[in-house]
Amino acid sequence: MKEISELNFPDDLRYTEDHEWAKQEGKQIRIGISDYAQDQLGDIVFVELPQVGDTFAKGAEFGTIESVKAVSEVYMPLGGQIVAINEALEDAPELVNNEPYAKGWMIVVNPSDINEFDALLARDAYLEMLKG
Amino acid sequence: MKAMTGTRGLVLNEPFLWEQGARGRTCFSMPRRDVDPCPLKDELVGQGPDFPDLSEVDLVRHYTRLSTWNFGVDTGMYPLGSCTMKYNPKINEKMASLPGFAGAHPLLPAELCQGVLKLMYDLEKYLAEITGLPAVTLQPAAGAHGELTGMLIFHAFFKARNQQRSKILIPDTAHGTNPASAALCGFKSIPVASNDQGVLAPEEVAELMDEETAGIMITNPNTLGLFEDNIKKIAGIVHAKGGLVYADGANMNAIMGIVDMSKSGVDILHLNLHKTFATPHGGGGPGSGPVCVTKNLEKFLPVPRVIHQNGDYTLTYDCPESIGKLHAFYGNFGVQIKAYSYILSMGAELKKASQLAVLNANYIKEELKSVFHLPYDRACMHECVFTDKFQKPYKVTTLDIAKRLMDYGFHPPTIYFPLVVHGALMIEPTETESKTSIDLFIAALKAIAKEARESPELLHEAPRNPKMRRLDETIAARKPCLAG
Amino acid sequence: MRYLPHTDEEIAAMLQKAGAMDLDDLFSGIPEDCRRGRDLDLPEPFTEWELNQHMAVLSGKMAVSPEYKIFLGAGSYEHYIPEVIKQLLARSEFYTAYTPYQPEISQGTLQAIYEYQTLTTRLLGLDVANASLYDGASGLAEALLMAIRITGRKKVAVAGSIHPFYRKVVQTYLAPTGCEIVEIPYLANGKTDLTRLPDLADLAGIAVQSPNFFGCIEDLDLIGREIHSDPKTLFVVTFTEPLAYGILKNPGSLGADIACGEGQSFGIPQSFGGPGLGMFAAKKRFMRNMPGRLVGKTKDENGNRGFVLTLATREQHIRREKATSNICSNQGLCATAAAMYMAALGRTGLRELARLNHDKAEYLKNQLQQAGFTIPFDTPTFNEFVVKFPAGFETTHKKLLAKKIVAGLDLSLYYPELIDHYLLSVTETSSKEDMDALIKEIQA
Repeated sequence: MKEISELNFPDDLRYTEDHEWAKQEGKQIRIGISDYAQDQLGDIVFVELPQVGDTFAKGAEFGTIESVKAVSEVYMPLGGQIVAINEALEDAPELVNNEPYAKGWMIVVNPSDINEFDALLARDAYLEMLKG
Repeated sequence: MKAMTGTRGLVLNEPFLWEQGARGRTCFSMPRRDVDPCPLKDELVGQGPDFPDLSEVDLVRHYTRLSTWNFGVDTGMYPLGSCTMKYNPKINEKMASLPGFAGAHPLLPAELCQGVLKLMYDLEKYLAEITGLPAVTLQPAAGAHGELTGMLIFHAFFKARNQQRSKILIPDTAHGTNPASAALCGFKSIPVASNDQGVLAPEEVAELMDEETAGIMITNPNTLGLFEDNIKKIAGIVHAKGGLVYADGANMNAIMGIVDMSKSGVDILHLNLHKTFATPHGGGGPGSGPVCVTKNLEKFLPVPRVIHQNGDYTLTYDCPESIGKLHAFYGNFGVQIKAYSYILSMGAELKKASQLAVLNANYIKEELKSVFHLPYDRACMHECVFTDKFQKPYKVTTLDIAKRLMDYGFHPPTIYFPLVVHGALMIEPTETESKTSIDLFIAALKAIAKEARESPELLHEAPRNPKMRRLDETIAARKPCLAG
Repeated sequence: MRYLPHTDEEIAAMLQKAGAMDLDDLFSGIPEDCRRGRDLDLPEPFTEWELNQHMAVLSGKMAVSPEYKIFLGAGSYEHYIPEVIKQLLARSEFYTAYTPYQPEISQGTLQAIYEYQTLTTRLLGLDVANASLYDGASGLAEALLMAIRITGRKKVAVAGSIHPFYRKVVQTYLAPTGCEIVEIPYLANGKTDLTRLPDLADLAGIAVQSPNFFGCIEDLDLIGREIHSDPKTLFVVTFTEPLAYGILKNPGSLGADIACGEGQSFGIPQSFGGPGLGMFAAKKRFMRNMPGRLVGKTKDENGNRGFVLTLATREQHIRREKATSNICSNQGLCATAAAMYMAALGRTGLRELARLNHDKAEYLKNQLQQAGFTIPFDTPTFNEFVVKFPAGFETTHKKLLAKKIVAGLDLSLYYPELIDHYLLSVTETSSKEDMDALIKEIQA
C-alpha cells in the first residue's frame, strides 16, 4: 500500500467519507472510487454494478467491489437515477486500479437533488480526513 | 539444530486426464453381458460425455503423481489452527471399508441392518457422554451443516412458541460460517466484541441481548484458543431473555473429559468428527458434524432418529416437531464409523488426548513468544495465536512466514484468522505430534525469525522447495477458468 | 496409547516450560461450574485386535451383496468399484490433507478437483461445475436457493416424481425463508404433468428429476421449453443416477440452467447412504451465484500452470451473512473418487456400462411382465422401474427376505396411492441368474 502523498486526488472532483468520488458533467454526475480506495482494496477482480434505470437514495449501496479476499460495498454520494454504467469493467475490473478517475469510473447518475453534490467533500477536506 | 525435513525430491509433471489416452483404451473390467441388447429410443440417446479413454496404468500413474504434490498429515506436521489436523488412525479406514458397512443399502429393512443401527445408536450415546448434552443427531454432513441444523432448531423453537426473533449475537472471535448459517434461517447477526483478555464479557452480552434476539452462537474454546470463562454467566443472561445458546464445538479437542457443555449452559452444540474424532479431512471432505442438544430440544432433531426397543434398533420418522431432513439419508455414515472406532480405541483416554493437545500448544506458545508477538499472553487451550508485528520492520508478513515454513517441511498454520488479530498466525499442534516433531517445528520458526532479520528476501521469495512457487490468485479470479 | 506419543519425561519437561504443575493445572482457568462432575463413562479402550473382532460382529449383522441379492436403488446404487480406485484413493497424501488453502503444497488435490469439475461439466453438458456439495438432496436445496437469489422471487416448484427424501430436504432448507414450494403432480405414465405446471410468472425455479424416482426418463426438452416461456425462471434438473448420462442426452443440451444430483454411483461405496457426492453444475452466467468451492487455473511466479481455490468472495468466510451458501467444504475425497471413476470408464466404457444397466433392467422388466405382473408406467426407464404386484405382495416380499432377496422398495410408504407398487433396481452387479431366481421365487 502506498503513502497518501504518493496517491492522486484531482481537485475538480468531490469526495465522500466512504472514498467515492463524484464529478459534475452538465446536469449529470459521474461516480467512481478514489485512488486511496483502490489502493486499499488491492487487485480488484470483479465489480458488480446496478442496472440503468435503478434509483437509489444518498448513502444507499449501489454495487460491490471484489478483490481476491475481500468484498466492499460502494455507496451513492448523492441520490438519483442511474443513467449509465461502465460496462467495460465486466471484462476489465483492473481499470479501477489503473485509472480510478478515468476509464475506471462506475456509474453516471441523474441527481434528484443537486444540493447533495455541493455538500460533498472538496479535495482538501478529503485529504484532511485521510490524514486523520 | 537437527536436520529439517524440508528438502526437494524428484517431482514429476503430469498432464490433464483428457490430454492422455487413446480412444478404445480401457481401465475397467466390463462385467459380462448375459442379456440381449435392448436399444433405447433414438430420441433419448445422446453422444455420451467427452471423457478420455485410459488404460489402468495411465490412471495409476496420473493419480500417483498428483498425490506426490500434496502435503497431508501423513507427510508431516500440519498445525493448521482451528482445523485439528491430528493423525488419522489406519485401522479406522479398514473398519469403514468392511463389506458389511461399505455395501449397506440405506433403505434396507431394519431387521437386515441391525449392525449399522446399533453403531449409530452407540455413537450417539458416546457423543452425549463426551459433551454432557443428552440427545444427538448424526445427520449433518459437516460442521457448517451442523450449524445450519442448530439454527433451524432455533427457528423451530421460537416458531413453536409463536415468537419471531430476528437477531442473533455472534462474537468477533467466531468462525466465519456462523453468520452465514444464521442468515439462512433469517437471523441478522449482531457482532459482540471480545474484551482485552480475548474473551466475552457478560456485560457486553447483557447490553445487546433482548427479546428480539434468538440467542448467541459462541465458539468455546474460542478462535484465539482461549476458554470463554464467562460462558455460564453469559448463558444465564441469554436464557433470562428467553434465548438459546449455540456452541460451535469445532474446538472440542481441548476439553474432552474436562468440560460439561450442558452444565456450562449450552443448549445446542455441533461437533466435527473430522477434527476432534480423528477422521481424515479428505482434502476438504467428507466430514461429519453431529449436533447434540438438551433434552427439551430433542423433539426438534432431524428425522429419522435411531431408537432401541425390545432389543431391536429401528429408524423412526414419527417426530412431528422435527425440523425435517438435511441429508438424503443419515449423513456421512462412513465417517461416523471411523469416529466410532476412534472412540472405542481411546475410551476415557480421550481426556488425556485433550490434555496433551493443550500441553503441546502451551509449550509452543512459551517457546516462541520471544520471537513472535503474542497478543494475548495467557494460558491457552489447544491452539495459540501469534502475529507478524515483530517482523514488520523487515517488511516480512505472516504470509511470508507461512510460505517459508513449507521450505522447512511443515504445513503452515492458519493465517490471517481470527480477524480480531492483525496478521494472525494460528497454531494448533494437536496431541498426536510428539515433542520431537514440535521441537523441530519450533526450531524452524526460530530460524525463520532470524532469516526475517538477516535475509528477508528468503521469506519474500518462499516457497522454493514445493512443486509450485506462489500462485497468482488475481488472474484466477479476474478471468476464471474453472474447466478444461 | 499408540496415538499419544508423549513419554512421562517429555510431559514433565514440557509442563515445566509451560509453567504448569501437572496436566490438570493447564486447565485451572476453567471455572468449576463448567466442569464435569465425573470421569468419562466410556468402554475400556479396545486393542486393535478387539476392535477388529467387535466390528466384524457388527458388520456381520448386515445384509449385503453378494450373499444377498438386493434389487434396491432409490437414490443409492450398487455398482462395481474397480480396485484401482480404492487403492489410489487410499494414498494418504489425498485423504489426510485438508482443504487446499496453501496451493503450493496442495496441487494434487487442486488438479484432481479441477479435473472433477471438468468431467462433471462434460457429463452434464453445462459450463461450470463446483467442487461438489454434501449430497444430491442438499444440492437440490442449494440449487433452489440459488434460483431464489438470482430471480428475487419467493416461490419454487418441484416435481412430485423427485425422490421423496430430496423433497423433504428442500422443505427443511426453505422452511425459514418463507418461500413457497409448489408440488407438480405426476401423470399416469409416471412422468411430470406439464399441463398442471403452476403459473410460471412468479416462479424462481422449477425442479425435475430425470430419470425420476420411478426410474422414468422425463421429457426434459419439452419441460425446459415450457419453463423458459418465462425467460427468468430457472430450470433445475436433478438426478440420483448419473450413470444414465453415459447414454442419455445430458441436462444441459435439453435446456437445464442448473443440473445437480447424487454422484454415489461413480466409485463411491453405498455406506448406508453416505458419504455421497453432491454434483452441481450451471450455465456460465450464474457462476458467481453458485454455492460451494471452485478450483480455477492460474500460473505461479515462474509461469508454470497451477491451480487455486478461486471466486472465494462468494463464500461465507468473506461475505459472511451475504454468502451464496454457508457451505465451507466439499466432499473432496468423494469428488476425487468420482473423477477417477469417470476417467477409468472413459467415454467408451461409460456408454457400454450404461447400456448394460439399461439392458439388464429391461430384461427383468420384460420377464416380470411375461410372468403376468403389471408395469404401470408406460415410459422408458434406465436401470430402475416400478412393478405393480397382486394385492398382498407384502407377505411375499417378507418371505423373500428370508431367502436373502430384497425385491425392491414398497412405494406406498412414500406415495400412499401406490399400494402394491414396488421400485426395483438392476445394475451391472445383477446377473441373469439372479434375476431368473427372483422371478422364480416371486412366483413360488
